[in-house]
Amino acid sequence: MTIERGVSLYSYQEEYFLRQMSLEDCIAASAKFGANGIELIPEQMIPGFPHLSDAFVDDWFSWMEQYGTTPVATDLFLDTKRHPGRWLTLEEQVASVHRDIDIAVRLGARIIRAIINTPPEVMEGAAPYAEEKGVRLLLEVHAPFHYEHPWILEHLEVMHRTGSPALGLMPDMGTFVKRFPRVVSERALREGADPTLVDYIVKTYDDHGDTHALADIVNYRHGGPVEFGLARQATHYIWSDPRTMLPHMPLIGHIQAKFYEMTDDGTEFSIPYDEIVPVLVEGGFDGYLSSEYEGNRHIQDAFPVDSVEQVRRQHALFARLLGEDA
Amino acid sequence: MFDKYIVCEEGFRARDDGRPGGVVEVRMPYYRGLGLSMVEAVDLTLDGVPVPSSRTTFTVHGNTYPFDRLPEVFDDRWEMGERAELAFETDEPLAPGEHDVAVSVRLRISYMPVPGGGRDRKLLILAGRN
Repeated sequence: MTIERGVSLYSYQEEYFLRQMSLEDCIAASAKFGANGIELIPEQMIPGFPHLSDAFVDDWFSWMEQYGTTPVATDLFLDTKRHPGRWLTLEEQVASVHRDIDIAVRLGARIIRAIINTPPEVMEGAAPYAEEKGVRLLLEVHAPFHYEHPWILEHLEVMHRTGSPALGLMPDMGTFVKRFPRVVSERALREGADPTLVDYIVKTYDDHGDTHALADIVNYRHGGPVEFGLARQATHYIWSDPRTMLPHMPLIGHIQAKFYEMTDDGTEFSIPYDEIVPVLVEGGFDGYLSSEYEGNRHIQDAFPVDSVEQVRRQHALFARLLGEDA
Repeated sequence: MFDKYIVCEEGFRARDDGRPGGVVEVRMPYYRGLGLSMVEAVDLTLDGVPVPSSRTTFTVHGNTYPFDRLPEVFDDRWEMGERAELAFETDEPLAPGEHDVAVSVRLRISYMPVPGGGRDRKLLILAGRN
C-alpha cells in the first residue's frame, strides 16, 4: 500500500479565475512537483458544464499522457436549491449525482467527492449506479463536521448498513486546524479589526477553548462586522485529533489536503501535517493526498497570490513526510 | 472570495444599440460556475444611484437575459471567472469620463445557509463607442 500525491486544481483558482493559467497549465504545474494525481472540479474548469465535448475529453486524456498524470477524482456539488422556492426532490438529487458519476467516468476518475450537504439518503440512492460504473462516492468530512457529529453518524449508518463498496469518506484536513490560520487574522487586522478582539479570538481558538460564544463576546466588547466575521471563522475551523480517522480507515479513499499557508520554512502554519501523515501511514491509507490550497482569498487584498509556489512547498513537505527523499 | 474582481476595469462602454446607458463587465465572486437560476441578483449602482433591475440585462457568452427571466434559466451558466456583460439603460446618455460603479452579486449556493456573493466598487472611465 502506498500513499500517492496529487493536486485538486481548485488550488490554482486565483490564477485560473484571472485567466493567468489554463487548465493545461494547472496540470503541467502539478506534474512538475511529482503530484501526479489530478483532482478536477468539473463545474470550475469545464466550459459548458455539464456538457463535455468530445474535443474537451480528447484534450484531457492527451494532457494526462503528455504530463504523466492520472485522473483521480472529480468534485460534485449538489444544487438542492436549483429552483427558486422549492427544494430538489430526492429523485432529482439522485439524478444529479448520476450525472456527476457519468462525468467522472468520462474523465477517467474513479473517485467523486460528495459535498458535505449531500444527504445520506441521496448517497444511498446513488450507490447502486456508482457501483455499476465502478466509481466511489466519498462524502467529504469537512469542518465544522467531525466523526462524532450526528450528520456524519447518519452517513456512517448508511455506509455500514448497505455495505456498498461505492460509498466512503473523504476527510478534509480543515478538520485538523490546530492553530488559527494567521492569513485570516492578519486580513481582519488589515480591514480594521480591533487588535484586542483579534487576539482574544485567536487565543481562544489556539487554546482549543470554547468558541461557541465568541460572537456574543465580540458583541459585548463592541466589535463590528469584521470581528464578527472572524469569530464566525473560529467556529467553522475545528481541531480534532487526526487519530479520529483511524477507526474509519477502511472507508477513507482520498484525502483533501486543505491548506492555508505554507511558510518559508516549509511547514503549514495551522495544520500539522507532521502529525497527520504518520496517522495515514499507520492506518494503511492507500490513496492520494490531494492538495487544496485555500489561502488566496485571505491574502489577495494585499499580496500577490502564487498558488503554484504554495502547492510546490506542500509537496516538498509531503515528499519528506512520506520518506520519498530516502 | 473574489469580491475585488467583480467589476472589470476594462470594457466599460456606452451601449452598442445607441440607446442611453452603458455596459459594464462583471465576474462572479465564486469558485465555480453556477446555473443562472441560482444567480439571484446582480445589482448595479451608478454614481450613487441604484439602477432598477428592470433596466438592466445580463449577457453570458452571447446569450442575453432580462433579470426577471433568470430564475427559470436551467440550461445556461455563468462560468467561473467569465466576464458577463451587464447592460443598463439610463434617462440621459452617460457623460464621458469617470463613473462610480458599484455591483452587488447575490448567489443561491445550496451548501450555504445564507446567500453567497459579494460586492465591489470601482471608479471606471467611460470609453467611447467604436
